[in-house]
Amino acid sequence: MFYAALIAPFAEFGFLRRALVGCIAISLSAPPLGVFLMLRRMSLTGDVLAHGILPGVALGFVLAGLWMPALALGGLLAGLVVALGSGALARATGGREDAALAGLYLTALAAGVTLISWRGSAVELTQLLFGSVLGVDDPALLLMGGAASATLAFLALAWRPLILECFDPSFAQAVGVRGSVWHLGLLALVVVNLVAALQAVGSLMAVGLMMLPAIAARHLSRNVGGMVLWAVGIALGATLVGLLASYHLDLPSGPAIVLAAAGAWVLALALGPVDGLRARFRPGRHLKG
Amino acid sequence: MTAPELRIENLTVTHGRHPAVHHLSFALKPGALMAVVGPNGAGKSSLLRAIAGLHQPSGGRVTGFSTGQVALLPQQAMLDRSFPLTCRDAVLFGLWGESGAFGATPHPERIEAALDAVGLHGFARRPVGSLSAGQFQRVLFARLLLQDAPVILLDEPFNALDARTAADLLAVMRRWHGEGRSILAVLHDIELVRREFPETLLLAREGIACGPTEISLSAENRLRARMMSEAWAEGAEACGREAA
Repeated sequence: MFYAALIAPFAEFGFLRRALVGCIAISLSAPPLGVFLMLRRMSLTGDVLAHGILPGVALGFVLAGLWMPALALGGLLAGLVVALGSGALARATGGREDAALAGLYLTALAAGVTLISWRGSAVELTQLLFGSVLGVDDPALLLMGGAASATLAFLALAWRPLILECFDPSFAQAVGVRGSVWHLGLLALVVVNLVAALQAVGSLMAVGLMMLPAIAARHLSRNVGGMVLWAVGIALGATLVGLLASYHLDLPSGPAIVLAAAGAWVLALALGPVDGLRARFRPGRHLKG
Repeated sequence: MTAPELRIENLTVTHGRHPAVHHLSFALKPGALMAVVGPNGAGKSSLLRAIAGLHQPSGGRVTGFSTGQVALLPQQAMLDRSFPLTCRDAVLFGLWGESGAFGATPHPERIEAALDAVGLHGFARRPVGSLSAGQFQRVLFARLLLQDAPVILLDEPFNALDARTAADLLAVMRRWHGEGRSILAVLHDIELVRREFPETLLLAREGIACGPTEISLSAENRLRARMMSEAWAEGAEACGREAA
């Protein structure tokens, strides 16, 4: 029973093992990026960038079909244009960055869906938006592993500058931390992770694996390191649960994984010691001093 | 400690095209203890930020020191106090000049000592988000202690503090002055300035007076400072003065 439910699917099916390995890689790298986006009050930016990569992916799809390198390259370029372009546009026109982001990503989303529906079928559209465990081929696996490695290396270098720049940007500038460089590096890696997760969980769902564990972790730890560890743990658990649910219940893998992460978020929200609902409404007796 | 002499020459700092600090020149002598006083919108914070290198001046220059010799206490509104950081980690950033982005922290016991010195014994593991405004100001003073800079710029250091916290932090500032550091502090409490600061710069975008406090804060000078219009002069012509 235990074996049949939890182990057998991975033992029997190579494609499921590949999806698991790939999703584990992304679970190690995407949630820490999500934590930093959340701490910078940019929780919705991941979502925006996920929409932003779509026209590039669609263009790759129109030109080369469901061939991973073309999809990834297109997605990467489109995502970087939205991520870096919105900042540049906002600075050049004196406008707000969120307004520029909204303008760019709405355009990108409409263009992407139009392109895919023009040349593809509904099945392929679903696969691109929501992912398919069948789709994790060798190039996709390499991309996921590469993205995770690059992200972890970046975070090892950027950890202190990112925290300092979030907490006290003026101080960071005064001691010579180039805040904008680290910020752009963070956004670029968000795009890379979203593109890498494209095949397994889909372009719209990839951001769920990045943000939901991060916002759940906010209720579980009071420091950045603790949040990152919680977020990675939740993402790993959600990956396992989601893939198994996807296999047993014949669900698309992306929504299944994201729903599992959402379950963890609801639990953390209800029971978490930091600003959780229970801590708020049933705080326990106050201390003597 | 020997502080460098800071020279502010014909400094103009603008927001858009409107001057916040207009053709200002003065010197902060080594070991000086100088207050910056002036009405709201007089350019006091802009002056400190320009000296600290956070705001590029549109004219003139600040000379006489190298990077790392100037430390700034910002106004609290500039920081994200909800950020999940312990007091220890927030103070630790004061050692950035030594540890940088990647290096180990030399002598971590100095962090505890700095917290003790500002009256925050036992606060090392407290999240900064749980502190009162006064306690948070103590944390920022502890960070300044670790920065160990010969020139210290304080932006409204004693605002909204209770008497005991203000007295404690004033004592820290006196100790810095006693060690030979130069201090330039933006303040609104004129009595405090008269009591503690031998020199004062009276600012109303332009420098009204700079020198011994009693002379700078004469009735005549303060009246001149009050004449400054806080509103931007929308129809003003371009300034023709030489931007040396």
